[in-house]
Amino acid sequence: MSLNVGILAIQGDVQENLLSVKSAIDELGIDGKVTAVKTPDEISQLDGLIIPGGESTTIGQLSLVNGSLKVLKEKIENGMPVLGICAGMIMLSKTANDRVIGKTDQPLLDILDIKLERNSFGRQRESFEANVSMESINIPKFNGVFIRAPSVSDVGSDIEILSKFNGRIVAVKKGNVIGTSFHPELTEDISLHKYFLNLVNTLKN
Amino acid sequence: MLSLSGDRHDAKGIVSEKINSVDILRGSSTLKRGFAHMLKNGVVMDVTTVEQAQIAEEAGAVSVMVLDKLPSEVRKAGGVARTASIRIIEDIMNSVTIPVMAKCRIGHVNEALVLQETDVDMIDESEVLTPADELHHIWKWDFTTPVVNGARSLAEALRRIEEGAAMIRTKGEPGTGNVAEAITHIKKVNDELRTIKAIYDSGDNQDLVRMAREFKVSYDIVEQTAKLGRLPVVNFAAGGIATPADAAYLMSLGCDGIFVGSGIFNADDAKERARAIVLATTFWNESDKVKEAQKMIDERQSMVGLDVNTLELRMQERGGTA
Repeated sequence: MSLNVGILAIQGDVQENLLSVKSAIDELGIDGKVTAVKTPDEISQLDGLIIPGGESTTIGQLSLVNGSLKVLKEKIENGMPVLGICAGMIMLSKTANDRVIGKTDQPLLDILDIKLERNSFGRQRESFEANVSMESINIPKFNGVFIRAPSVSDVGSDIEILSKFNGRIVAVKKGNVIGTSFHPELTEDISLHKYFLNLVNTLKN
Repeated sequence: MLSLSGDRHDAKGIVSEKINSVDILRGSSTLKRGFAHMLKNGVVMDVTTVEQAQIAEEAGAVSVMVLDKLPSEVRKAGGVARTASIRIIEDIMNSVTIPVMAKCRIGHVNEALVLQETDVDMIDESEVLTPADELHHIWKWDFTTPVVNGARSLAEALRRIEEGAAMIRTKGEPGTGNVAEAITHIKKVNDELRTIKAIYDSGDNQDLVRMAREFKVSYDIVEQTAKLGRLPVVNFAAGGIATPADAAYLMSLGCDGIFVGSGIFNADDAKERARAIVLATTFWNESDKVKEAQKMIDERQSMVGLDVNTLELRMQERGGTA
């Protein structure tokens, strides 16, 4: 059956993810489509979702306002695969602290039992590109684009650590839910998007 | 996709370092332009105090822009407008989790360097402040911190991008509460994009060369832009935006997001208005939501606008010919 993959289009780099998923669908030869989604109705029809990079406070507050946050949580808890990128991973977390400000009371989905440190590597001037590795999902080398990136400061026992950079956790997985600190959609490399699509495809069929 | 490439081999802002013997790169176009990509579909709000910055964050702004005075106050005060106090910028950086930007004067390399050292997330080389160099803008490739510039036309936008701007905003006419100029500028840029795209599609390279000469930029950037059919960096609207409907209209014209200057904190209902403008920007293509947003504000509380034809100071013209 045809896959229906969505990119949460409240705020952030939606277009880049649309294009990465399109390329991944083509390369894998999967029968599927990818669209930008915003409303609870659109979200309820999805087989898989990417929460893109952006500002997590904005994405959180606005998805609360239009009711999509609630539907998102239900769908993910019922097994819909999700890839959360940067702000998206923050959205998936249980608690988020800012490196400088401390505790934030932003709306979160509380799906992954992880503690997030926002702006973990510093401000924009400290943003960086570096190679990261996700051996356990067969992506040994990946150009990690870290933009005011968060890192995972603490994980629950059921969380699989996919990647660490310089001692800090930058990618995690629990079942069908994946979170990354870095931005695969800002590179030409679509291997992580392909891995995610395969997850969605396996679950659907 | 928007092009994230465009690195120059001599860009001093790109820094290779090692962290614990791991190679890393800072200040690349991917990182600088990529930062702007994360702001898309969002609202950046001008603020002058910590309290205003916190209101902006709570309202859902994607970033705040720190100024000494709001553009409308700059207009009233006259004299020379410079970059804001570093202490206030730092106080704001220590009070909100969203990115903090600050403005420097056009061409004022050292004001920009001070802002980079302060660690602001983006520098706005802005016509709202008094230009420091009538002939040159800052050579932004030498900065690790991304820089945004204003533009009124495609030619201006491409000149700024060629100097290393990681993001563009249309200029509008700041501090007027009058959205007319912002609309004019985005429509002009869109028209010009359509023109060069048509030339590119027709395969008439000689005509593209003519456009490059007219724009006073290289052929390469004209070709790249024509092929994309849009600016190769993120493009926000700015200047005179005062209501949710203003924001929604500019989004519908293809802008990637919105800068609001005086429109929020010069209004008497700043808190509500900040939320309403964010709402209208996010849901700009859902007319019921824009109406809901517009209902949150009271027109009697809007800043009193200025007719652009009667202005003594037209900020948009600053740096426009260079």
